Amino acid sequence: MNTATVELQQGGDYTSAGGSRIIMPGEVDVSHGPILYLDSISVSFDGFKALNNLTLTIEVGELRCIIGPNGAGKTTMMDVITGKTRPDSGTAFLGQTIDLTLLNEPEIAHLGVGRKFQKPSVFENHTVFENLELAMKTDKRVWRSLFAKLNGEERARIEETLALIKLSDKVNLPAGLLAHGQKQWLEIGMLLMQEPKLLLLDEPVAGMTDFETERTAELLNGLAGKHSIVVVEHDMEFVGSIARTVTVLHEGSVLAEGTMDQVQNDERVIEVYLGR
Amino acid sequence: MSAITKLYGYKGWLALSIFSAAVLILVPLLNQATADSNPLHISDYTVSLMGKIMCYAIVAMAIDLIWGYAGILSLGHGLFFALGGYAMGMYLMRMIGTEGQYHSNLPDFMVFLDWKELPWYWTGTDHFWFAALLVVLVPGLLAFVFGYFAFRSRIKGVYFSIITQALTFAFMLLFFRNETGFGGNNGFTDFKRIIGFALADPATKTGLFMATGLFLVFALLTCRYIVTSKFGRVLAAIRDHESRLMFCGYNPLGYKLFVWTLSAILCGIAGALYVPQVGIINPGEMSPGNSIEIAIWAAVGGRGTLIGPLLGAAIVNGAKSWFTVAFPEYWLYFLGLLFVGVTLYMPAGVVGVVQQLKARFK
Repeated sequence: MNTATVELQQGGDYTSAGGSRIIMPGEVDVSHGPILYLDSISVSFDGFKALNNLTLTIEVGELRCIIGPNGAGKTTMMDVITGKTRPDSGTAFLGQTIDLTLLNEPEIAHLGVGRKFQKPSVFENHTVFENLELAMKTDKRVWRSLFAKLNGEERARIEETLALIKLSDKVNLPAGLLAHGQKQWLEIGMLLMQEPKLLLLDEPVAGMTDFETERTAELLNGLAGKHSIVVVEHDMEFVGSIARTVTVLHEGSVLAEGTMDQVQNDERVIEVYLGR
Repeated sequence: MSAITKLYGYKGWLALSIFSAAVLILVPLLNQATADSNPLHISDYTVSLMGKIMCYAIVAMAIDLIWGYAGILSLGHGLFFALGGYAMGMYLMRMIGTEGQYHSNLPDFMVFLDWKELPWYWTGTDHFWFAALLVVLVPGLLAFVFGYFAFRSRIKGVYFSIITQALTFAFMLLFFRNETGFGGNNGFTDFKRIIGFALADPATKTGLFMATGLFLVFALLTCRYIVTSKFGRVLAAIRDHESRLMFCGYNPLGYKLFVWTLSAILCGIAGALYVPQVGIINPGEMSPGNSIEIAIWAAVGGRGTLIGPLLGAAIVNGAKSWFTVAFPEYWLYFLGLLFVGVTLYMPAGVVGVVQQLKARFK
């Protein structure tokens, strides 16, 4: 985290130092297969194996749910994908050409991997509209910001996202005044404005009311197909309402994978997770 | 849109126009064209005082830009003000010519030190345009270099404030030395003329007053443009949640550096307008206390509003010029109480109180 942000501060160029395997820096090539391919990744902390030979594939446009008991390695997996944690072994490919394990956080963010943390963090004094405007993918250097004027297309993109996250009627409200669930949506909206290739959501419905959870499921269902999304979640009902494919993690590796029904009826899954 | 962008509506523009008219027409007219006995007459002293306060107002606005909007508290802005003042002072010293006490081409203090020629860094200061360039470049470059290293090393909050205090203190000690070549603790004084006009002439004073007023309006409009642009929203985001902003793909370094340098340049120009009006510049202007007072102006007026610090500077300095005559020994106590009081009971300053009252009577 720290070294990564310092890198960003220094404005270094975003080609990796040891990135011999990046064939086309900055371009995510998904023409021949998955957006994300984790290949036998292992991470251990002081002897504890957080990830154990984890192999996982996310297809382009897929909405994947990852579930698993506490300590199954869900968050560590997110950390590996976003560059926060370096794996002891294994590779994590974004598209065909980019090995994420060789890059740091801002580099990975620039390649288009957006991550939403559990706690919502939005700019509370800025309006909903301004939050999206700040996040929008554009030239973010000083002079551009001084003379930036939103053109019709950009305005339309913001409106579109507003409609998607169901905050069209809150455009001019300071984000600090939004309800908890609405802040979460706004943050998802901010991620979308950055046009990520891959979206990682860490427990997006934690702390939400039932109604908000339902709306979030609608939102994510609407995004599926257009964006590649990985959701880590505990709430089984919520997972059931959005999941096409569910992956169950246990002790750092994949225990089962399939539709919600298949997973729920899997003996081993019931034993370690659902049944208890 | 938000409170950040909706700074003032038509009423604000009206007030700005009235202010400009007063500065450019009314005050000069009442000062120059009325007799001393006329009850509407504005004395030369009052014109000078108002000119001085407007210089302070520019500084207060400059600190608001960096403190109120980007959340970076500088306790060294007095240094940039003084450096601008010194640059102008060098020109004014050269313009004394041989009319000094020693009737030498050199400034008096150099004759006194038995120097035979001007130090190299005084080269060109007899040209107004060059001095004007120094007024912008010296504070600007110092701020740029200092800011680059401070912001790159991610020095923030109270640490940044303390370093700026140390910076202005260090410069004060440097300028106190006679060998530095800026007149030691006496600084520069006894100015005679500026671009050919005698400084003792009331018309020159009125002219300087008008120039200060014009620059104040220009600075206000510039700052307003900046804080209402997307740049301003990025600044506020730096203030509120810098790490989140970095995740949005912004590098705060350039933003901080730009606004910090601009703020210093505004202070430098304010200092350059100040010195010919008060007729003296010495290292006392760099004392740490002065810089703290600048922050107090902004806090009293209301941070993050531009117009607030402007009022704050006028209120505090208006009170000061009355207080130091009426109860000279109690001024500093009053200033201290004012700051404590404002911090405790008026966190949004005078502007915040006005807004509260407005909301209550709606």
